[in-house]
Amino acid sequence: MTAQYDIKSRIGPIGLALPLVAFIVITFLIPLANMIKESVYDADVADALPRTLRLLNDWVGPDLPSDEVFRTIAEEIVVLQENRTIGKIGIRVNRVVSGTRSVWGKTARRVDGVETDDMRTTMVGIDDRWSDLALWQGIKKAGQRYSAKHYLHAVDLTRGDDGSIRRVDTEQRVYNTLYLRTFWVALLVTLLCLVIGYPIAYAIAHTPPTLSKILLFCVLVPFWTSLLARATSWLVLLQSQGVVNDVLVWLGIVPDDGRLSLIRNMTGTLIAMTQNLLPFVILPTYAVLSSIPPTYMRAAASLGANPFQAFVRVYWPQSLPGIASGCLLVFILSIGFYITPAIVGGTKGQLISNMIAYHINDANNWGLAAAISVIVLMSVLILYVVFDRWVGVDKLKLS
Amino acid sequence: MKRNILVSFAFLFVFVSANVCAEGELTIVSWGGSYAKASIDGIFKPFEEETGIKVIVEDYNGGLAQIRAQVETGNVHWDVVDVESQDDLIGCDEGLLEYLDDLELPDAPDGTPAEDDFFEDANSDCGIGNIVWATVIAYNSTGFESDPPSTMSDFFDLEKYPGKRGMRRTPEVNLEFALIADGVPPEDVYETLSTDEGLDRAFKKLDSIKDSIVFWETGAQPPQLLADKEVAITTAYNGRIFNAINLEKQPFVIVWDGHIRDYGQWVIVAGAPNLENAKKFLQFAARTTSMAEVSNRISYGPLRHSAWELVDKHVDTNIDMRPHMPTAPENSKNFLVNDAEWWAEHRDDLFERFSAWLNR
Repeated sequence: MTAQYDIKSRIGPIGLALPLVAFIVITFLIPLANMIKESVYDADVADALPRTLRLLNDWVGPDLPSDEVFRTIAEEIVVLQENRTIGKIGIRVNRVVSGTRSVWGKTARRVDGVETDDMRTTMVGIDDRWSDLALWQGIKKAGQRYSAKHYLHAVDLTRGDDGSIRRVDTEQRVYNTLYLRTFWVALLVTLLCLVIGYPIAYAIAHTPPTLSKILLFCVLVPFWTSLLARATSWLVLLQSQGVVNDVLVWLGIVPDDGRLSLIRNMTGTLIAMTQNLLPFVILPTYAVLSSIPPTYMRAAASLGANPFQAFVRVYWPQSLPGIASGCLLVFILSIGFYITPAIVGGTKGQLISNMIAYHINDANNWGLAAAISVIVLMSVLILYVVFDRWVGVDKLKLS
Repeated sequence: MKRNILVSFAFLFVFVSANVCAEGELTIVSWGGSYAKASIDGIFKPFEEETGIKVIVEDYNGGLAQIRAQVETGNVHWDVVDVESQDDLIGCDEGLLEYLDDLELPDAPDGTPAEDDFFEDANSDCGIGNIVWATVIAYNSTGFESDPPSTMSDFFDLEKYPGKRGMRRTPEVNLEFALIADGVPPEDVYETLSTDEGLDRAFKKLDSIKDSIVFWETGAQPPQLLADKEVAITTAYNGRIFNAINLEKQPFVIVWDGHIRDYGQWVIVAGAPNLENAKKFLQFAARTTSMAEVSNRISYGPLRHSAWELVDKHVDTNIDMRPHMPTAPENSKNFLVNDAEWWAEHRDDLFERFSAWLNR
């Protein structure tokens, strides 16, 4: 009887939540699953060269593959040329062995209809890169349907021909630096937002309603302005011939030839990102602060605490849930920032998101972009779990 | 509530019916700004008048991501796109673009067949040549009254020409500039870059000015950087500097020495909804006269030899356009044509190396 009652009483809430569940599945879970698949699965080469790859299974080098392999790949190349999919294979293999893309088109144009007993010599004659073992290793690697190559790539590792994992050459190492920088910037921005935002939230919570409304309005205005417009405005303000420097020079604080470089560097990134993200720490903190009964502070005072003690031991601990949720929001949002750092960040302004954008927009390498995204997502999830253990997510308050 | 639903259905109906009677339409995607305006006035409008096909213009910012998303989801709504040569090559290889190798192109007015009249490599399997544009160096003349910079080496000479340098945040163009400045003849640049020593040499040259570089991302930034005196000299697209000098009266000067030329192409997205109209448009845009119409509105050169004769005065300002073209004889003393094939093979590695270099 009770069980039946439970089910009935639960159908209502579940029914109400259904649109939300469907929304999350369609807009979040399915794309996420696709992204993860994209990062480990690539069937283009495997589907295009099935016979060659089967023959290459038994080949390890150091000699060139047999003439049979050469004949098979020549046949498959002719078919690919007819389907006009040869270029795609060139791009895929080129990602593994740089500088081999044009081998495919060149060979395809010249190998069709060739009668020969020695296909190996013929193909090497068409393009001598066919005698390069690295190309064949590359074909084998690119032919794997499932592989962790994008993940290795995304942490500056590579697999040698013998299968061992090693770091890439020093001048190619880029991703690990960017993850670290991204998390470092996120941390600094979070701290800055907290230091600047807490007093503002305090002021809004404890001033008369008219003034607090005006303050709240000031906090919200930037929210309604486009991110791009704000980043560009910072350029106008902070550049060396910009408003801030002009004022400083006019006041005689800095000499005209010693103008401060406030933008296109880390300073600029921190200033612009902090300004963008301040509302996210102010609003939840304000919501929590305004719910702290003023009687507590009076009680503390009447029990002999001086204002500092009262603040540290009574007020501050009660504001923690708001601070924690604000900081978590800012931190996670900072990790995904990329327009602002791209505009105001200068030489070292790139964050990991800029790299993801590059691989999606320019390099067309969605597998690698997906792998980097999954790594960032996982790092954030891990942080979230740590945060949950440490602070407790159920204690968060957003309003 | 009921009214809302009715309104939604009405919108849906309009939307669907607009898609059904789409035979007379064509969606062309260009780069926005003054360049798109030149294309609209120079080609799109005359094409509409001649054929009665309605042209819908959209803007984008380059790259293949949007084309790829449309093709892979089977929801293609772009027909013709104005692309960079590198995207033409890669898009074609990826199967994102229609093959155009059997498209008949119009002869020159004097009867020269199209294949002899177009620049070498202007057309590809999937692309029809459109414009030639250049990345040049430019400076604000108020900083350099006496003995101004005149060569690519001067760009890298911080002692003689102090001040910040603007550069696009990509390995493309910058590596070539570095080698040209270091004394490599343009015809040997890509061969040199193909060796490890050559690459190291290029990065070493970039290293020598690294602390003075201000990086830009979009074509609108370099003229702004020059105007704000944020940089003393910058790399820039020639058309943007032309506009700044002639339309906004900025005191900028272009140095043509060592400039890098690239070709823009028209392509058709694979599975374009208005394929026949798109082909008609490409044939129209490939005419000698169409190319000249664009060049008389912005300083990007025609890709047909026969169109050079028709390049004349700017339609609004009456400026003689020929001296501002990358292909003008006086600008063509020392230059390099971007090798899109080379970049397609090496770009992935070099972008990472470039990023690593930036972050060091």
